Amino acid sequence: MDENKRNTNYKLYVESKVPKTKAWPSLFKAFLLGGLICALGQGFFDLYSYFFPNLSESETSTCMLMTIIFITCFLTGVGIYDVIGAWGGAGSVIPITGFSNSISSPAIEFKKEGIIYGICVKMFTIAGPVIVCGVVGSIIAGFIGLFI
Amino acid sequence: MQTIKIKNPVYLLNGFSMVGPLEGEGPLKDYFDYILKDDTLKEKTFEKSERRLLLDIINGAIEKSGLTKSDIEFFFGGDLLNQIVSSSFTARELSLPFIGMYSACATMAEALALSAIFIDNGLASNVIAGTCTHFSSAERQYRFPLELGNQRPPTAQWTITGGGASVISKLPSNVRISAVTFGKVIDYGIDDVNNMGAAMAPAASDTICTHLTNMKAKSNDYDFIATGDLGKLGSEILIDLMEQRDIILGKNYADCGCMMFNKTQRVFMGGSGAGCSASVLNSYILHKLNAGEFKRVLLVSTGALMSTTTAQQGDTIPGIAHAVELEYVGKDSKSNSNNKQRSKSNKLKENKHSKRKS
Repeated sequence: MDENKRNTNYKLYVESKVPKTKAWPSLFKAFLLGGLICALGQGFFDLYSYFFPNLSESETSTCMLMTIIFITCFLTGVGIYDVIGAWGGAGSVIPITGFSNSISSPAIEFKKEGIIYGICVKMFTIAGPVIVCGVVGSIIAGFIGLFI
Repeated sequence: MQTIKIKNPVYLLNGFSMVGPLEGEGPLKDYFDYILKDDTLKEKTFEKSERRLLLDIINGAIEKSGLTKSDIEFFFGGDLLNQIVSSSFTARELSLPFIGMYSACATMAEALALSAIFIDNGLASNVIAGTCTHFSSAERQYRFPLELGNQRPPTAQWTITGGGASVISKLPSNVRISAVTFGKVIDYGIDDVNNMGAAMAPAASDTICTHLTNMKAKSNDYDFIATGDLGKLGSEILIDLMEQRDIILGKNYADCGCMMFNKTQRVFMGGSGAGCSASVLNSYILHKLNAGEFKRVLLVSTGALMSTTTAQQGDTIPGIAHAVELEYVGKDSKSNSNNKQRSKSNKLKENKHSKRKS
């Protein structure tokens, strides 16, 4: 009982000592970086629809996503994306670039353990929960949609 | 008793430290024996690099102390990787009898303490104690891939690339190991793996307190008290915890993790890892002890004893701290102060002589 009390007191004390992340600068950086990435995507979208007018809107959007994903993988491979991510935080995580980085970075990191046990197994260690949540979420949304 | 006094003379014959490029830019850069330019050490994986680093450190320490490998009877060591592979694989290369241990980042003090006890009891004449860590291999075991663009919380610490080894011996040197304290495992219920300093500080405070009480000493009897890797936040907490026990840690206290980096280096709360106290001990602290600038030093390496599995299962983080007391002794005689006075008066005489001559 005494121990519990001691621990809760200690936790409260530690929490009071922990430096807080300043919200406004982080929000601003995330907004700026996320906005930049989205603007880049829109730029590619416009570029593709200008050069390939025969493509449908969804096809153009797929091409744009492929380009953005490739650029992120490339930047991850040459070791630049982690610097960008450390600066921009959620601004780099929320767009598809974050997803791409979360798959390519473990693939690079665990290549040394071989193709099966390294790349294939570890590739989804970070992105896996996102995929699972996405799938489960869409099942639920599908069921709701069925009855509306 | 928790504190074991080393009755026979046991000396820290010499030490060797080696660190990575980032650590080599820090404030202690002039004290390290070797600063790596390439932290892969031309190996294919970071685990292999860590092994290579430890092997180079051990060989460096043996060479620097003027001994050969055949003079060394035991190798005490450990590291942070699962199943302490870096140390055991290094021991395979060294073909020395190996006593492997794990106290997370407190391994260096544990290795020193056991080495000293071995020699004190006449079980060996020369042994080596060493450990090291590698930022990249620790990162991939404990946290995220290196290239993941994530942010670290402000309480995070930076596992250092580097380590150190000490040759403990019967052969006289300037530095003697006089007492050791093995710490209790203490857990104050911290479960945030990104705040190790707070998890380890209570263990450090308990060990320091026990050591001081058993040695009947005060904190200001020591020229230098160094904790292993509590970081900035952890050392502030330790100072507060010690104050509650009426022990003041003043200017003679520093944390190896904080000493490792400049304020401008983005390492958050400072360095961590088993190599942290090992490299600072075998560079800065040993240098100051050898020079006689520090007469009495207490090294308290601190470790957080969780694994990734226990952390994911929501368990709290137990901390541990081991203490080793080092003393400056003159190489030739026990009464060092007399010696110094003698040499001073000798110098004066010489000066007078030279003046007369001129």
